[in-house]
Order: sequence, then C-alpha cells, then structure tokens
Amino acid sequence: MAETILKLKNLKIEFPDDDGYLEAVRDIEFTLNKGERLGIVGESGCGKSITCKAILRLLGEKTRVSGEILFKDQDVLKLSISDMYKIRGKEISMIFQEPMASLDPLFTVGDQLTETLMLHRNMSREEAWKEGIEMMKLVSIPQPEKRMKQYPFEFSGGMCQRIMIAIGLACHPEILIADEPTTALDVTIQAQILDLMKQLNKETGTAIILITHDLGVIAETVERVLVLYAGNIVEEADVHSLFHDAKHPYTIGLLASIPKIEKDVEELDSIPGTVPSLKKMPAGCRFAPRCPYKKEICEKEVPCMVQAGGSRVRCWKYSERWEET
Amino acid sequence: MSNVSGNAEEYLLDVRHLKKYFPVNRGIFTRDKVFVKAVDDVSFRIKPGETFGLVGESGCGKSTVGRSVLRLIEPTEGEIFFENEDIRKLDEKTLKERRRNFQIVFQDPFSSLNPRKTLRQIVSEPFMIQKICSQKEANERAADILAKVGFSRDSLDRYPHEFSGGQRQRICIARALALNPKLVICDESVSALDVSIQAQIINLLKKLQKEMGLAYLFISHDLRVIKHISDFVAIMYLGTLVEAAPTDELFRNPVHPYTRSLLSAIPITDPDIQHERIHISGDVPSPMNIPSGCRFHTRCFMAEERCKTEVPKYIEISPNHFCACNVCAGCGK
Repeated sequence: MAETILKLKNLKIEFPDDDGYLEAVRDIEFTLNKGERLGIVGESGCGKSITCKAILRLLGEKTRVSGEILFKDQDVLKLSISDMYKIRGKEISMIFQEPMASLDPLFTVGDQLTETLMLHRNMSREEAWKEGIEMMKLVSIPQPEKRMKQYPFEFSGGMCQRIMIAIGLACHPEILIADEPTTALDVTIQAQILDLMKQLNKETGTAIILITHDLGVIAETVERVLVLYAGNIVEEADVHSLFHDAKHPYTIGLLASIPKIEKDVEELDSIPGTVPSLKKMPAGCRFAPRCPYKKEICEKEVPCMVQAGGSRVRCWKYSERWEET
Repeated sequence: MSNVSGNAEEYLLDVRHLKKYFPVNRGIFTRDKVFVKAVDDVSFRIKPGETFGLVGESGCGKSTVGRSVLRLIEPTEGEIFFENEDIRKLDEKTLKERRRNFQIVFQDPFSSLNPRKTLRQIVSEPFMIQKICSQKEANERAADILAKVGFSRDSLDRYPHEFSGGQRQRICIARALALNPKLVICDESVSALDVSIQAQIINLLKKLQKEMGLAYLFISHDLRVIKHISDFVAIMYLGTLVEAAPTDELFRNPVHPYTRSLLSAIPITDPDIQHERIHISGDVPSPMNIPSGCRFHTRCFMAEERCKTEVPKYIEISPNHFCACNVCAGCGK
C-alpha cells in the first residue's frame, strides 16, 4: 500500500460577495500518494486552481476555507503562519501558468534560485550558488554558470518555466503543484517541459499535482485523474480507465469535444449550454442542465460519489436508485 | 515560385511574396535601421469555400499575415489578389467597399465588442457603414444573422457583458458574417474558449461555411483544431512557410523536420498510444536576428553544414505539397 502524504476531506471554499458568501468549491475529497502524479482537469472556473491554492493557504484572508487538508497527518488549515512558511517552498512548492510573471525582474535568476536554498536548507551563499548550478543542470539549462548571473528578461518563456521548476524542486519537496505549467508555452516547448517533469518525478520521487484544462496533457503525463465541474469532483479514475471507459456524462462529453489528431470525425460532439454561474447553482446535480441523461432525481437531489467500473463518479446514473426513478 | 505561377482564376485569395518588416528604433543616436522581419516572402492561395489553416508557434508571424491580407496593416512588399484584383493597389474608398467581402474574427471576444452597444447595434453597424440599407432594415437583417448563430430575438437589446465568452464569440461571428462575405479570417478565434465551448464554435463555423459558401483563413497554434477544420494546412516558422499540403497529406506524410517535430509534440488523448517524440532543442530565435541560411538550422535535427549558408527554396515536391528544406526527402538535391 502506497503511503498517503496528502489527504483532503470535505473541503469547501467560499468567497465574500455583496450579500454573503459564494461557494466556489464544495465536498472536495482526494488523497495523494508519495511519488504519485495526479492530474486535475476541468474548464475555467471549475475550482481547480483555488483548490490547490487552498492547500498552500495562498487564498486571501477574506476567503472562508473549511474542511481538512491533511499533509503528513497534520491539518494545514490549523497551522500558524510561521509554520506555513516552513511548508511552502520546502515541503510543498508550486509553479504557475505565467513563468515570466512568476520571477522577480529585478533580481538575477541565480539570486532567486539560491534564496530558497539559503532559507530552507540553511546553506551559505557559496554552497547555495553551487547547488543552484546543479539545479540548473537538472532542468537542462545550457551554460548554467553564465545563466545564473542573468536576469529573467534574458530568458524565453520555456526557459523561465524550467527555472521555476528548478526553484520548486530545490528543497526536494514532497509535493510539486503545477498550475497550468505549459498553457502559455508553444507545443514543442510544452513537450519538453512535460517530459522534464515526468523525468524529475521518477528521479526525485516528488509527487506532482498537475492542473490543466488540456486532456492531452493529462493523458501523457499523469497516473490518476480528478475531473472537476462547477466546484465538485465529478469523476476520479486512473488515467487508463478515464480515457477508455469514462463514466460521468461530463467526462464523456469533454472527451468527445476535443478534436483528435489520431482520428477523423466530421462533427465534434459538443456539450450544449454553459457552466452555471456561482450565483445560480442548480439545486441537484450541477451538470444536470447540460446532461443528456438527466431524470427528475438529478434536478432535485445532490448525487454522492459511487463506484462505477474503474472510476468513482458523482452521478445518479450509477447509483442503485437510478432504476427506481 | 511554383505555387504562385499558373492560372489564378479559380482562387479567391492569391497572396504572392508577401513581406512585412517592422522598423525598430534602437535608440536616438543610431543611424542604422533594424527591422523585425515578421513576414518574409510568404505565398499561398485559397479557393472559394475552402478552409486554409495557418499554423505556427507564437511570434512566427501568422497573425501579421492575417492582418496584412486585410490591409489592417500595410504590407511592405508583395501582391494580394482577391478575386483577381490586387487589393494593395486600391484607394481608401474602394478598399472600404471591398472590405465587405473579407472579414475577421479575433481571438479575444471580451475586447473585440463595444461594451456600450447592444447586440442589435453591434451587428447592424456593418450595414450602416457600408450604407447598404436603412436602419430599420439593418435591424431586421441583424436579427436574422443573430438567429443563425443561435440568439433569440429577445436577447437583441442586451449588452455584451451579459454573455459568456462562447456567446460573445458567436456575436463576433455574426458581425463578421453580416455582409455575406466570401472570406473570413479567424485569428485564433477559438483559442480563448474552454474545450466544450470550443467544440460548439467549431461546429458552428463549419455549419455556416456549408450554408454560406465561406472560405476561411484559419490561424491557430492548436494543431488538433487545425487538423479538424482545415482542407489545406500551411506551417509557418519565423516569418516563412516551411511546408504546406492538403490536411490529410500533411498529417500523414510530413516532410519538413520542423513539421515532423511539431506533429510529434502534440499530446495524444490516449495514454496507451506510445509515440516517438522528435525533440527539437532550444527556442525560436528572435525575428530581429534571423539565422543565416535555413532559418530552422539552429534547432534542426537533420541540419547539415550547408544549411548554415544555403537558403532552402520553397518548392512543390509532389502535387500540391510544398516544402522548403535543403536536406529532407524530396526537397534535397
């Protein structure tokens, strides 16, 4: 049995609004094992990024986060700010979508790389510089000695993302959260970065949570997938089950919407309608208004997660009560 | 150049040796002018009713091609024949008149609609600009075209902010189609949308093409979308076309090393398909400092010594399949 390092229970995130609070995600529950590559996929606004920001407590003070986030059996939500500093960047680190915006333009790349090392691993400047060069080599940046002294503007987008990965991995964290790490990059560069992340995951044993909207990226990179829709996990499956035997109508629709390179189709199957807004969430299943299979029960009652084939899905269709209705 | 010779009559758009250089100021004391060669000798043709896909990585000049073709920016050199008429030679007034035949849909549906105008005003505006009919009739026609893209009559007096990204892109499409154009340039028109919405828009574009006999110049960086929608695909790298062929031919039988590595980098939505990735090293060079010889030689896995000096010719290597490479099969000496 693989060791669980992260466990989310009943996570709910609410944002303040003109009148009260808006619920952005609810009932988020999942676990992450040591050294695992987990993918979180969903459309914009489904809550994938804020879920991961909540893990590092990066959401603003006004945001209400409830539930439990257990990292190595301690609840992250109950930790003091100073204890959080010890986790961020050291035990759990994160890389973002815009590599250019994530680096400070006024400091050299070397400064930014060594900062984490000196802070978390108590290295001297010289030691940190040497280690920084090693990290640059790890993420395949040519001429690391020279590159350490350069500023972010002298690097391309793909190179900046490599630096971010190097900073993220500098303290050998248990978990690396990558929020759309390749969305701003071109396909050839994307392929390089994804291969690099996979290779580093195998070499260093750092678990990866990869957030993306691109199912192709998911298929090529991760082992297990969570599909989010309108703030809920609607399906959880290993990558093979998901792509060959998806169960949730939303996942099936999503897979059918992507133009495929390996197959020709005349017309794409699209999911009718749009994602509901946070203010007008449907009472029952949140996907019901767009679902081709919906019955009365779907509009009235919130479905629970049930086992169906290789997946766990939040759908009435796979529950015992479906036939009665 | 072989693909631009011969009879041009059957083509709707015929672009020959298009160049667009942007001057760059390097400081007030320097005399020598430096240019960004955004588009450097690009030629292609589009038939009526056809979708021509133009693919390339960011900064390769694909959007500049789209905008030059409409003369939204003035090309530096080259000829652009639209229905056998060189639109570069037209004066302002005639150009404005001709513009009803070629329209554009941009990437970001949030910034391309005027927030202070209602749907009805947005879509009836083209009729007023072209002085085609009265305001009243324009309103009617606007309602018709909006119905085609899926808006009911009761939404006509609403404002853009009341609609989602996908719906706004439909409004942009309606506006582009209002005057019954022959060519629509889609510049990354579906790139900002979520996949489920993207599929809706792609299906809509295909449906409208059949109904109205439109030709599309479809510019995108997403090869999966390009493959799905295009009849003919051209691959662009650093301001030039490196390869162009009918879609099936290009995806089944890519020749140019850049095309091959680009195709191999597309993530496949099936974890059980193992595919060989052809890695290309490094990043795209700056268009201010274009490598000598073949522009791709700095990243090419097939590059030979002569690629550093010899500029490859863009030739027809098999019927309707064009490629510019010094070494690959078919192109080499």
